[in-house]
Amino acid sequence: MRFIPESSEKRVPCFRVLDDNGELIKGSDFQQVSKEVAVKMYSHMVTLQVMDSVLYEAQRQGRFSFYLTTIGEEAINIGSAAALSADDFILPQYREPGVLLWRGYTLQQFANQVFANKADDGKGRQMPIHYGSKKLNYITISSPIATQLPQAVGVAYSLKMEKKDACAVAYTGDGGTSEGDFHAALNFAAVMEAPVVFICRNNGWAISTNISEQFRSDGIVVKGRAYGIRSIRVDGNDALAVYTAVQAAREMAISEKRPVLVEALTYRVGHHSTSDDSTKYRTLDEIEYWKTERSPINRFRNWVERQGWWSEQEETELRSSIKKQLLQAIQVAEKTEKPAITELFSDVYDVPPSNLAEQEKQLKEIIQTYPQDYPTDVPV
Amino acid sequence: MVLLLAVNMVTRAGFSLKQLKMWGIIRQKVAAGGGSPVARIRPVVSNLRNYSSAVKQMMVREALNSALDEEMSADPKVFLMGEEVGEYQGAYKISKGLLEKYGPERVLDTPITEAGFTGIGVGAAYYGLKPVVEFMTFNFSMQAIDHIINSAAKSNYMSSGQISVPIVFRGPNGAAAGVGAQHSHCYAAWYASVPGLKVLSPYSSEDARGLLKAAIRDPDPVVFLENELLYGESFPVSAEVLDSSFCLPIGKAKIEREGKDVTITAFSKIVGLSLKAAEILAKEGISAEVINLRSIRPLDRSTINASVRKTNRLVTVEEGFPQHGVGAEICASVIEESFSYLDAPVERIAGADVPMPYAANLERMAVPQVEDIVRAAKRACYRSVPMAAAA
Repeated sequence: MRFIPESSEKRVPCFRVLDDNGELIKGSDFQQVSKEVAVKMYSHMVTLQVMDSVLYEAQRQGRFSFYLTTIGEEAINIGSAAALSADDFILPQYREPGVLLWRGYTLQQFANQVFANKADDGKGRQMPIHYGSKKLNYITISSPIATQLPQAVGVAYSLKMEKKDACAVAYTGDGGTSEGDFHAALNFAAVMEAPVVFICRNNGWAISTNISEQFRSDGIVVKGRAYGIRSIRVDGNDALAVYTAVQAAREMAISEKRPVLVEALTYRVGHHSTSDDSTKYRTLDEIEYWKTERSPINRFRNWVERQGWWSEQEETELRSSIKKQLLQAIQVAEKTEKPAITELFSDVYDVPPSNLAEQEKQLKEIIQTYPQDYPTDVPV
Repeated sequence: MVLLLAVNMVTRAGFSLKQLKMWGIIRQKVAAGGGSPVARIRPVVSNLRNYSSAVKQMMVREALNSALDEEMSADPKVFLMGEEVGEYQGAYKISKGLLEKYGPERVLDTPITEAGFTGIGVGAAYYGLKPVVEFMTFNFSMQAIDHIINSAAKSNYMSSGQISVPIVFRGPNGAAAGVGAQHSHCYAAWYASVPGLKVLSPYSSEDARGLLKAAIRDPDPVVFLENELLYGESFPVSAEVLDSSFCLPIGKAKIEREGKDVTITAFSKIVGLSLKAAEILAKEGISAEVINLRSIRPLDRSTINASVRKTNRLVTVEEGFPQHGVGAEICASVIEESFSYLDAPVERIAGADVPMPYAANLERMAVPQVEDIVRAAKRACYRSVPMAAAA
């Protein structure tokens, strides 16, 4: 009689391409990228970081109600996005705006969403950072944790039925793997043979819950086997490793019609959100260490510069240009009118129901009768 | 002879001898109608005498099955998903024959995870398929309610019209017989309170066919509340109903019986009890109008109010719990819109405010019976005998 031990003696090793200094590790499996792709990846990582910093500050100034950053996880965002095709359908958790950025969502669109103005694609329906774009195959972010996981399996099933050369890609954090939906999704995906890639951003923290309190397994990668799912652990702060692994995972998912699990180890440098102060539960030293010495952006920059594809000057120019664009976008977004009152009542159903049509009419009449009690910056 | 036939029909429909005994269908001696209290419980075998009529009879089970079959045949995007829907032919045989006809890609047997398959169904709907998700009973939908509310109902609104969710959630709802608290809850009021959902509840086979077809074709998420005890009940269906293009409008109630003295609103199984109550009331000179709601959300307020304006009296009946129930909403609507037409206070009959007990005698006391409806209608007509009756 032999019980399988609760954990292996050695932890599952982590796939890496670049070392901490951005030097290529000899003998590593590496998907060569062109200068064009590398520079695009790097500049998007920088753009994401600058966007987060500027918008975070704007929230602190009280210009909108909420924000959450992706600082420290730029390599996962951009590395994975670059490895996918435009047809791959993304179901994010909420710390993956980089994928939307990569696909062409503009800084102005991001700003419009957080300011919930008339130009927002989401018609001001959602709180900040809950972006989405049907056009870019990125589903609108939904707050409940891990609900996107079984949904991704459903999407993958649809793709399989259409025989499309595409897969569903669902992101979650380490905390999300505790939800029942994680279990149901993985189990079901394996049984259904659905072409879905599950990418878990294991960033060490779920608000103040450290991973040691979230689960007792060796991270997330070992859970894949329990469901009959092929899995890999990758260094999430190594943009090239993420790129290589996700590309391979995608290939397997589509050609073999199977789910694949990618655990990307990283660190959440920022607070959980603007409603959190993480210095209350972790040390400043720890945050600082991961922010500077383990920064995914610096690491990738070292490699790109070593290829002769980037320079200090281009860095300065890029950063100041992005910052300027963002400040401009914020100004424009802030000045733009709020959504018209009619958007309160639309989209509840495919066809507006009679009770809402009636209420809208009544509301408009009241506004006409008492215009002084109605805000001037909200169009009717 | 008739009793044997009844037992035969009913056992073939999947009911056990135990259940039949409990309903008083099999007894030591046959009471000649109106005898012991047990004789009143006869939800299933009511219309067996009408065999020889020229109009076709169809069981609700068959109505649902044929509706699913026709919609799956007409639209390749429609598919069925749930526990036991395939190989087992459906826990209540509603999906009988469909796996064989359409194959495992369109009739999916799922692992036991309501949260899982509901989430998957919603995801498939996001991407353009039209899933019909079956819950073995709506009691189990509690394990998936987050996906129904947060992932399905609100998506079209929250995504500003980019994500539509053409999904149908169906299954038996409300009290069955002898199945206890966790198998008897009525969720009509719960789901009907959510904007973004449509909630339907059929009574007859015509309702079952027409409303299920409408639900499958509708681009919004629809919660379709069936009733286990109605599955084996037969109703007459016309040629129009049998046609594959037949469809009923969502949001329209049906006046099952016209009357002029009191309006009785009901849905699902209770419509049958209300019609029986109307018969009894007619003998006492009270002409009751029975409205079969069919659609809980949107609620057909105009039909209900028009009826109350005609009769001036309202009795709402439902099986579910009284607080925040469907009847509460109907009463509020009538008071808001037709207050000056009311000649009596509104009467609200609902299930007892307790989790459903198992013991047969207690269960009987926990759901509305025909007499409760009759008494309420009389009270509304100021015809009741003034004594402290346990209403």
